[in-house]
Amino acid sequence: MELLIDIVLLGLLAITAVAIVATRHLFVATMLAGAYSLTSAALLVNLDAVDVAFTEAAVGAGVSTVLMLGTLTLTRRREKAHRKLSFGPLLLVLATGALLIYGTVDMPAFGDPNAPAMLHIAPDYIAGTRDDIRMPNIVTAILASYRGYDTLGETAVVFTACVGVLLMLGRRRDEDEEAGSRRPERGA
Amino acid sequence: MRHHLVLRVVAKLLIPFIILYGLYVQFHGDYGPGGGFQAGVIVASAIILYALIFGIERTRQIFRPEVLLVLAPLGVMLYALVGFWAMAMGGAYLDYDFLAANDTAGQHIGVITVEFGVGLTVTAVMTLIFLAYAGRTHEIDDEDW
Amino acid sequence: MLELFFAKYNYWIVILLMMIGLYVVVARGNLVKKIIGLNIFQTSVFLLYISMGKVAGGTAPILTGKDEVFSNPIPHVLILTAIVVGIATSALGLAMVVRIREAYDTIEEDEIDEAEKLDTAADHARGAR
Repeated sequence: MELLIDIVLLGLLAITAVAIVATRHLFVATMLAGAYSLTSAALLVNLDAVDVAFTEAAVGAGVSTVLMLGTLTLTRRREKAHRKLSFGPLLLVLATGALLIYGTVDMPAFGDPNAPAMLHIAPDYIAGTRDDIRMPNIVTAILASYRGYDTLGETAVVFTACVGVLLMLGRRRDEDEEAGSRRPERGA
Repeated sequence: MRHHLVLRVVAKLLIPFIILYGLYVQFHGDYGPGGGFQAGVIVASAIILYALIFGIERTRQIFRPEVLLVLAPLGVMLYALVGFWAMAMGGAYLDYDFLAANDTAGQHIGVITVEFGVGLTVTAVMTLIFLAYAGRTHEIDDEDW
Repeated sequence: MLELFFAKYNYWIVILLMMIGLYVVVARGNLVKKIIGLNIFQTSVFLLYISMGKVAGGTAPILTGKDEVFSNPIPHVLILTAIVVGIATSALGLAMVVRIREAYDTIEEDEIDEAEKLDTAADHARGAR
């Protein structure tokens, strides 16, 4: 049953991704990107990653879509017509895909409980959360306590992104034009 | 926005529940799925919904950017200060065992405070980024879409 | 061969999604489309890592008092951080796209290239005078 849900959701993701490549209407592409994030959130629940699915649904299908729509109101809404299939990028993409698939041949099977990743430090964290920290959500315990330093860095990254966006878009558009940051007219 | 009656009524009903849900996710992050990031994004979504329905100017008057600009670094500083508090009590940086007499109680205090700082920063940041994008141009009419 | 497929099908389909996202980034000239392609690529990478952490017959890593098998929680922590960093990158990228549009009046890569060449030529001409 899980296998069936897995295959169906992955199939939906592939169809959505191909549709995003093919469409020229940017509004459609943005909405499809939001649908892609939401479907991947459903797939993540199927893969037992409930915290990640929560965050992906809120961030990917929520905030990211709103930001892209905000950008689309300030820029053009249609993409320029292009050649049907560009061969250079296609070759590059096929080569990279082939290399990655060659890399997965040596990986442990999907769902293997004795893979090295499951035996290295995860049992210690799970036991520590159960006995020392006594907190039901293991992911929050690792995020905030065992790997708390990384989360501090991540919060700083979010804050830095805010500073960057405010530096670029903070003032109103007419104030920037008066300050002379618009380029001179072509041909002048 | 006189003619978006259904949207306005439903938004007015839903926004308090969305914020309440965000607070629930924040403080129950250690008992179920959730935590600082998810809660921050949910509360920011409520604010963005308010801005979409009732206009950017009214949102700016309620959630003033000057206040948000103070809240965003405040969350990061709160996180960093918890680390220094642990050092002041005798442990390493961000070693929550030393925050209270009991190891487990110290861990719980540390995790809740740190997640609150994260949630505060993420809410302020998402709202500020949205207000920066939306304030860049004048309001567009419904016919343009 | 069939059991190789059943052992790895999840990884291969996710790699296909990654490559579709990478194709959008490399092959399309529109800047907003590139950022959307980057988001597809990032989300597929998250799926790859979470697939690596799944344990067959396991449940979500939340302690309930029963003794059971959990899926590996460490990739979940990694990917939570990665999602937030991903949206930080997207927000900054889209802000740059807005400013490029205001400066060059276009968001197609080839038109921006031409405009840059014209500006450089104009600067050289002015500097030489």
